[in-house]
Amino acid sequence: MFYREAGQFKTSYKADQALMPILQDRVGLLVILAIAFVVIPVFANDFFLTSIMIPFLVFSLAAIGLNVLTGFCGQLSLGTGAFMGVGAYAAYKLTTIFPDANVIVMVLLSGVFSAAIGAIFGLPSLRIKGLYLAVTTLAAQFFLEWCFIRIGWLYNYNASGAIEIPHREAFGLVVSGAEATPIVRYFIVLCITAGIAFLMANVLRGRIGRSWMMIRDMDIAAELMGIRPLQTKLLAFAVSSYICGVAGAMMVFFWLNAAEPSSYSIALSFQILFMVILGGLGSLGGAFMGAAFIWILPVFLKFIPGTIGIDVAAETVEHVTFMIVGALIIFFLIVEPHGFARLWQIAKQKLRVWPFPY
Amino acid sequence: MNAFATEMSAEPASVAEAVPREELLRVDNVSLSFGGVKAITDISFDILKGEIRAIIGPNGAGKTSMLNVINGFYHPQQGTITWQGKERRKMKPYEAASQGIARTFQNVALFKGMTTLDNIMSGRSLKMHRNFFWQLIWRGPAEREEIEHRKKVEEIIDFLEIQAIRKTPVGRLPYGLQKRVELGRALAMEPDLLLLDEPMAGMNLEEKEDMSRFIIDVNQEFGTTIALIEHDMGVVMDLSDRVVVLDYGKKIADGPPEDVQANQNVIDAYLGVSH
Repeated sequence: MFYREAGQFKTSYKADQALMPILQDRVGLLVILAIAFVVIPVFANDFFLTSIMIPFLVFSLAAIGLNVLTGFCGQLSLGTGAFMGVGAYAAYKLTTIFPDANVIVMVLLSGVFSAAIGAIFGLPSLRIKGLYLAVTTLAAQFFLEWCFIRIGWLYNYNASGAIEIPHREAFGLVVSGAEATPIVRYFIVLCITAGIAFLMANVLRGRIGRSWMMIRDMDIAAELMGIRPLQTKLLAFAVSSYICGVAGAMMVFFWLNAAEPSSYSIALSFQILFMVILGGLGSLGGAFMGAAFIWILPVFLKFIPGTIGIDVAAETVEHVTFMIVGALIIFFLIVEPHGFARLWQIAKQKLRVWPFPY
Repeated sequence: MNAFATEMSAEPASVAEAVPREELLRVDNVSLSFGGVKAITDISFDILKGEIRAIIGPNGAGKTSMLNVINGFYHPQQGTITWQGKERRKMKPYEAASQGIARTFQNVALFKGMTTLDNIMSGRSLKMHRNFFWQLIWRGPAEREEIEHRKKVEEIIDFLEIQAIRKTPVGRLPYGLQKRVELGRALAMEPDLLLLDEPMAGMNLEEKEDMSRFIIDVNQEFGTTIALIEHDMGVVMDLSDRVVVLDYGKKIADGPPEDVQANQNVIDAYLGVSH
């Protein structure tokens, strides 16, 4: 009833294959964009921007990156954290070598380095699949983490072993370093994330997106239909690592201000992987939903005891939050193994026929 | 009426006599073994342009291995394959696709997570060339290319009468329709040679009749050469122009359906004799 496409006729293939053929979806997206670009900047305080929205968007972008590889091309990867790290260190090196260049351009450029490294570590994917491939990407994770610790050149031989983001200005505003305001950071992160998400939506609906899904669903049939497995998989690795690299660079430039090798550890890889699985493999919207669930929910849960006036120790809150989130992950995976994206589809179907059951 | 009938039945024969059909593919003395197991031993046959060629034989006779050799998935240890007059070198499976060989599979090998439309569009992959950066932008060349190929795909959808399931994920379709979508996907490649591995397996009579009609139409309307493996002898004898019979990896008969039917070796292979 609320979500009925009746009467929306398509008279051209162009209209039929639009990203959102149904009017209600387009309106919904506009509402979300309006909230993100207007409502949140006007009403949100610094805490909400810095602790919730910026990390949420950074993780969403990383989840999109991993989703390209795992959800769309079917190649399981546990190296996401390291590829994000490559982006962060590359952006740091670039901005210290070229201090006058626009730091946003440097962040976008840093993804190229992680794309190259991702493609190299994607080479084994021609021979091995599934969990075995995951183990080789695990090797990437440990090797790159070792590089971040041992190769002093990467962090400019800083005594602390961490990278500290210098003060940089662009378009007359302070965009990175400790003095950058949350609202500026938020707009940069939002624009980059939304932009890349839109570009990926384009790629995924066309020939290249289809070739990735062909490899995912039936690699032998794909090959017999003329898809070159190595090129296709390496492109997926490169694109995925590019996006992850940009997300990693944004993470340190516009959120944390400083990062050490442990920021990009295996724990981060798993966190992103859970976002992708929980959000729904093979869905861009799912990446946002998964990131929201894993990042925003714990932040809110931590505030519940304080707001309702129960006096609990901070550690207890932390532990209980872990337990609740863990239980919810298990609950949602039992209810719908295909993630929030599928739940949302089911909900849309129900809205379509409401108030009738079918 | 009678005269019309004779004229109709006489016509294809006279055409065939007038223009000797060109050879599309020729297999010479091909042998294939996996370790100690000989799947195919010294088989030779040819496929002529525009014909329907059946490959039959009991289970394990090497029929599917033969198809896999033809589309480059297996490399025979001995023998040569001549494709459109040129001897073919050892090659990767994706090269066979670009040379114009398409196939369907015995166990439906559709892309389960994709819709019918996307599955058939995937058959156009080799004919689409817009690179990554055009795809990123989408507006303009990439979109125009997509629409152009969508038109071709819609023609195939019309031909196979699957308009209603255009946007349905193929995993949800019944088996008979999946087989039809798979045929559509192969047709979207506009192949010169179409290999069908048991197109009627597991179908009921009505679905078999539909599928037979599609195969004949593909052959006659698009002029596609077809090589098919099938166990339903009625279908094989009605559809095919020539039949090659394999048993234990060896060729035991080759010729028009009626000759093959009468061949003692074939009868023995199917009914079984004490060796």
